[in-house]
Amino acid sequence: MKAVAPAPTAAPLRPPRAVVGSQVSYEEEMFGAAFDGRVVRRFWAFVSPYRRRVYIGMAAVLVFTLTQVAVPLVLRYAIDDALVAGEAGLAVLRLSVLAFFVVVTLNYASNFVQERVVGRISGSLLFDLRRAMYRHLQHVSLSFMDKTEVGRLMSRLQGDVNALQEFLETSIFAIGDFVLLIGIISVLLALDFELGLFTLSVVPVLLLVRIVWLPHAKRAFLRAREASSVVNGALAESVHGVRTIQEMGRESVNFALFEEKANDNLRAHLRASKFSNVMIPIVDTLTGIAMAVVIVIGGGMVLGQELELGVMVAFIFYVQRFFDPIRSLTIQYSIMQRAMAAGQRIFEVLDVPVEVRDRPDAIALPREARAIELDDVTFGYVPGSPVLRNVSLRVEPGETVALVGPTGSGKTSITALVHRFYDVWSGAVRIGGHDVRDVRQDDLGAHVAMVLQEPFLFTGTVYDNIRYNKADATRARVEAAARAVGAHDFIGRLPEGYDTVLDQRGSNLSLGQRQLLSFARALVADAPILVLDEATANVDSYTERQIQRALARLLEGRTAIVIAHRLATIRGADRILVLRDGELVEQGTHDDLLTLDGLYARLYRLNHASFDDLAAEEGGGAPAS
Amino acid sequence: MSVPAATDTPDRTLALVPDSVRTRRTAVAFDAGVLLRITRMAMAHPWRMGLGFAATLFAAAAQLVIPQLIGEAVDHAQSLLSAAADEAGAREALVRAATLILVTSVLRGLFTMMQNYQGEAVGQLIGYHLRLALYAKLQSLSFSYHDRVHTGDLMTRGILDVEGVKLWVSTGLFRAMLLVILVGGGAWLLMSIDWVLGCVALSFVPFVAVGASLARLRLRHLWYALQEELAVLTRVMEENLGGIRVVRAFVSQAFEIARFDVISRRALAIAHRRIDVFVKSTTTMTFAYFISMGLVLWVGGEKVMAGELTIGELAAFLAFMAILQMPVRQIAWTVNAIARTSTCGGRLFEILDLEAEIRDRPGARDLEVRDGVMRFENVSFRYRKEGKGPPVLRDVSFEVHPGRVTGIVGPPGSGKSTIAHLIPRYYDVDSGSVTIDGQDVRDVTLASLRRRVSVVQQDPFLFTAAIDNNVNYGDPWAERSAVRRATEAAQLNKYVEQLPEGYETLVGERGVSLSGGQRQRLAIARSVLPDSSVIVFDDSTAAVDAATERQIHEALADVTRDRAIIIIAHRLSSVMYADEILFLEEGRIVERGAHDVLVALGGRYAALYALQTRMSEGVPEAAESGGT
Repeated sequence: MKAVAPAPTAAPLRPPRAVVGSQVSYEEEMFGAAFDGRVVRRFWAFVSPYRRRVYIGMAAVLVFTLTQVAVPLVLRYAIDDALVAGEAGLAVLRLSVLAFFVVVTLNYASNFVQERVVGRISGSLLFDLRRAMYRHLQHVSLSFMDKTEVGRLMSRLQGDVNALQEFLETSIFAIGDFVLLIGIISVLLALDFELGLFTLSVVPVLLLVRIVWLPHAKRAFLRAREASSVVNGALAESVHGVRTIQEMGRESVNFALFEEKANDNLRAHLRASKFSNVMIPIVDTLTGIAMAVVIVIGGGMVLGQELELGVMVAFIFYVQRFFDPIRSLTIQYSIMQRAMAAGQRIFEVLDVPVEVRDRPDAIALPREARAIELDDVTFGYVPGSPVLRNVSLRVEPGETVALVGPTGSGKTSITALVHRFYDVWSGAVRIGGHDVRDVRQDDLGAHVAMVLQEPFLFTGTVYDNIRYNKADATRARVEAAARAVGAHDFIGRLPEGYDTVLDQRGSNLSLGQRQLLSFARALVADAPILVLDEATANVDSYTERQIQRALARLLEGRTAIVIAHRLATIRGADRILVLRDGELVEQGTHDDLLTLDGLYARLYRLNHASFDDLAAEEGGGAPAS
Repeated sequence: MSVPAATDTPDRTLALVPDSVRTRRTAVAFDAGVLLRITRMAMAHPWRMGLGFAATLFAAAAQLVIPQLIGEAVDHAQSLLSAAADEAGAREALVRAATLILVTSVLRGLFTMMQNYQGEAVGQLIGYHLRLALYAKLQSLSFSYHDRVHTGDLMTRGILDVEGVKLWVSTGLFRAMLLVILVGGGAWLLMSIDWVLGCVALSFVPFVAVGASLARLRLRHLWYALQEELAVLTRVMEENLGGIRVVRAFVSQAFEIARFDVISRRALAIAHRRIDVFVKSTTTMTFAYFISMGLVLWVGGEKVMAGELTIGELAAFLAFMAILQMPVRQIAWTVNAIARTSTCGGRLFEILDLEAEIRDRPGARDLEVRDGVMRFENVSFRYRKEGKGPPVLRDVSFEVHPGRVTGIVGPPGSGKSTIAHLIPRYYDVDSGSVTIDGQDVRDVTLASLRRRVSVVQQDPFLFTAAIDNNVNYGDPWAERSAVRRATEAAQLNKYVEQLPEGYETLVGERGVSLSGGQRQRLAIARSVLPDSSVIVFDDSTAAVDAATERQIHEALADVTRDRAIIIIAHRLSSVMYADEILFLEEGRIVERGAHDVLVALGGRYAALYALQTRMSEGVPEAAESGGT
C-alpha cells in the first residue's frame, strides 16, 4: 500500500516555517540510581498490608528455583546410577522417574503460587498507589493545583504507576533469577569443580559484552520511545485540529512534516531493533562455546574415569539454561532504575503539603449562620505580594452583594476565602460569627454553594451532572431545580432528556446551557450562602436573558456574593463593593456610587455592556487567580 | 422527547459512574482478507522478506541439528567408557561434534538474528506506511465524519492498531513458519529414531498449543475489558483534576473518591481475573511439558536398559525437548498475533477505505477570483440527512461583495454558523448553490477554494507551536513582516512583543496560556494573513471586549479593504456598522438591511436591539420578544 500524499501545490523552494505536533517528547525518563533506599522504604509501607502474601510468594520463588536446578540433577542420577549401571539399575531408574515427577509437581505448584501471588499483589499495589495519590490530590492546596498542569499529574497517576508495574511484576522473579544463577553455578562446581570452572569461563565474557552493550542499547530504546511519542503527538494534533487544518489548507505541508517525523521514528525503531537482536548470536555463540568445552574437556574426563557420563549430560542441560537469568537480570537493572525514578515522582506528589485541614475540635456550622464577614483580611498566593490588603466587609443575611473591579483586583480571592480554599495570612473570615477555620470543611461546603465562571460538566448524564454529589436528591428535586433555572425546556429537547450523556465536558451543549446546568446544580445543593462568579460576556442575548432570570431565582432568599460583570447583575444587587489592587475602595448602591464619581462611575461611563473591558487598561498584568 | 417521569425517591446510587464494561466474548475474527492485505504490504519489501524467510529456514534447521549433535557426542563419550573403544577415533569424534555444535550454534544465532531483525524491520515499514496513509486520510476526511467519530477512538487506531499490525510479520508469519518446521521436522527426526518415544516426547505439543491459544484469546478479551475500564478511570481522574474547583466548591472529595473506587475496583477485579487466567495457563503448560519429559525419561530409560536405544539418543530426545519448550509456548503468541493483526488491521482499513464525502470532483479546476462576489442561492441544508425535523437553512439567498461588510445575527440555532460552514465547503448544500464569481464551490478544487475563504472560529484550535507558527499556519512561507502585520491587525502585537521570546513564544501546555480574547485575536491574525477574498468572522470576537473589538475592526479595515467580510455575532455592536445585516430565524432570512433601516422597521432586529440596550440598563425582566 502506498501512502497517498497530497502533492504540495507549487511550494516555494525555501522550507516553510512550520511544525507539526509538539517538538519535545513527553517522556520524562530519568536514569538515576537503581536503588534508592528512601523510595524503597516508603514503598514498603504500601507493600506491608500484603506482607504475609509477599513472604508466601518469596517462599514459592525459592522452591520453584530449587526444582529448576534439580531437574538436570535427577537426569544425571538416572543416567549414571541406572542406565550406565545396566540391568541392576532398573529399580533406580524407576525411583529416579518417581523423583522426577515429584520434583516437577513441586515445580508446578510453586510456579502457580509465585506467579499468582506476585501478579495479584502487584495489581493491587498499583491501584493502592494510584488511589493514594488521587486521594491526596483531593486535599492538597489549591495553589498547587493552580500551577500544575493536569497532564503533568496524569502522567504521574498513569505513566509512573505503570513504570512501577513492570518493576513489581518482575522484581520477585529477579530474586528467583539470582538464586537460579547462584544455584546453577554451585551445582556445576559441586558436580565437577574443574569442568565447572572451564564452563563458567564464558560468563564473564557475556557480562563484559552486556556492560558495553547496555548503555548504547538503552539510549537507542529511549530514542525509539521518544520518537514514538513525538509521532503520536503529531497524529493527535492532526486529529484534534483537523478542522483548522482543513480550514487553512495545511494538509500537504503537514503531511510532509509528519512524514519526516514518521521517518525519524522508523529509523529510531530499526536502530533499537538492531541493538536488541545483536545479542542473540552473541549469546548463542557463547552457549556453543560452553557446550563445546563440556564435550571436549568433559569427554576427555569421561575417558580418564574422572567424570561420569550423566554429569556431562547434566552440564549440557545447565549450559542451555544459565544465560537466561543473566539476561533477565541485566534487563531488570534498567527496570529498577526506571522504577526508582517513577517512585520518586509518585512520592513527590504524596508529599505535596495539605494546607487547609480541619482542626481537631472543628465544629458544625448552624443552619442559621448566614452573615459573611471579612475582618481585616490580608491574603496572597505568593509570599510577600498580597492580593488582598486589610479588607473588611460584611454581608448581611439575605443580602446580595456585587463585587466589581478590574481584573486582578482580588474579587476571586475573596470568594475563594469565603469557601476556605485558602487560609488568610492575617485577619479572619467569619460565617455567622464563626471563623471558617474553626468549622468542619464538609459543613462549610454544604453551607456555601459556589458557581464558577466556567461551568464545568462531567462526562455523564444531565441528571447526574445536576445532582452531582447529592445522594439524597430525588429525580423530582433535580427537575424542579432545572425548571427553576429555565433549563428544563432545552433538556427536554435533548435526545434522551435528562438521561442524555454529555460528552467531552458538555461540548454538545452551548455555553449558556452549560451555565444553566451549573446553576441548577447549585440549586440542588441548596446552601444558604451562595458565591457566584458570573460568566463574562460570551453568550448571546437570548441566553443572557434566561441566565439573568435564573440568577434572580438562585439568589432568592440567600446571602450572596457575586463577582459581577454585567450591569444588570450589578444593578440588581443590594450593595456594590468596588475593589482595586486588593483594597476595598468604594461601596454603596449604583446611584450612590455614581454620585460619588469615583472608580465605579468611571468604569460605568467607559462601557455599557461589560465591566471587564477595563481589564487591560486598569489591571494590567496577569490575573492573580 | 422522552423526559422520564420524576420520582420522589432519592436516587442513592452514585452519580456519574458509568455501567461496567461487559467482557466482550465476541468471536475473534480471523479475517483472511485483512491478513492477505497486510501480507501484500509486507511483500512490497521482497528483499527483506526473502532474507527473513531464508533465515527462518536455516535457523530452524540449525535448531534441529543441535540435539542430534549432542546425542552423538554423548554416544562417543560413552563409547570411550567401553574398554574396546578406539580411543583416538572417539576423541577425534568428540572434537568434531564439539566443533559442529559450536558452528551450528553460531549459525543459529546469526540466522535467528536476521530473521528477527528482518521481521521487525518489515513490521516497522508497514507501520510507517500505514501511519502515513492514516494521517493523510484523517486530514482529508470531511467535517461530517469528524463530527461523528470520537477523537479518542481515532487515536486508539493510530497508536494501538498500528502497533498490532506491525506484529504480523515477526510474530505472525516468520514465527509460524519456524514453529511448523521445528515441530514438524523435530517430530520426523524423533519418530525416525524411535516412534513410540517420539510420540511420548511430543505428546505435550497439541495440548500446549491448543490450551495456550485458547487462554491467549481469553486474555485478549480481558485485556480489552481492562483497557476500557482504565479509560473510564482515566477520564474520571482527568475530569476530577481539571474540575478541581468544582470538586472543592461542592466539598465532594468523598464522593469523588467513592466514584474513583467503584471504577478502580472494577478494573482491579478484571486485572486479577487476567492474572488468574494467565497463571493457570502458563503453569499448566510448563507442567505438561515436564510430564512428557518425565515419560521420555521413563520409557526411554527402560528402552536403553533393554538395549533398544543408546544413551546418546535418549540425551538427544531430552535436549530436543529442552529446545522445543520455548517455541511451543510461542504458538500461543502467534495465534494471538494473528488475531490481533486481524482485528487491528480490519479497523485501520475501515478508515483507510473511506472516501471523503467532500472531495474534488473529477476535473475540478482551481477557483478563479475575478470580482470576488460570493452568492448563496436558495440554499437549504441539514446536518443529519436521515434526520427528521426542519432543515437548518431554508432557501437562503444573499450576496457579498469585496469591500463590503455583511452582518449575520439571529437567535441561537438559527443557522448562522452553518452559513460559515458552507462557504469553504465543509459540508455540501442539500439544494441551491454557493458560488464565487459564478463558480459553484462544488466544482472547484478544495485547496484553491479554502485558500480564498477564511473562517475565524469562536473557539479556535491553537497549535502547540510558536506564535509565529500559529499565525502563519495558513501560509508557512509568509514573510515575518506579514506575520507582524496580521498580528497588528488583530491587535495582538503589543502583547506578543512584550513577551520575552516575542513571536517565538510557545503557545499551549508548555508555553504561555492565552486568555479567551487573546486566543480569538490570534485566530483572527491567522485568518487575515493569507490572501483570501472572503473572510468570515464566526462570533470570533465574543471574548474580546467591546473597545478592543472596535480597534480590531478599525485595524482590519486596512487589511481587508478589497475583501468581502461576513461577521456573525450575537453582540449587535459587532455588526451595527455592517453594510447589510441579515437577521436569521429558524434557517430563514427574515429581515435584511442596514442597522438604521432595521431599527426603523421595528421587527425582530429592533426587538433584539432594544433587548440588548435595555440589558445594559438593567431591566432584564422587561424583554419578552424573540426567544429560543
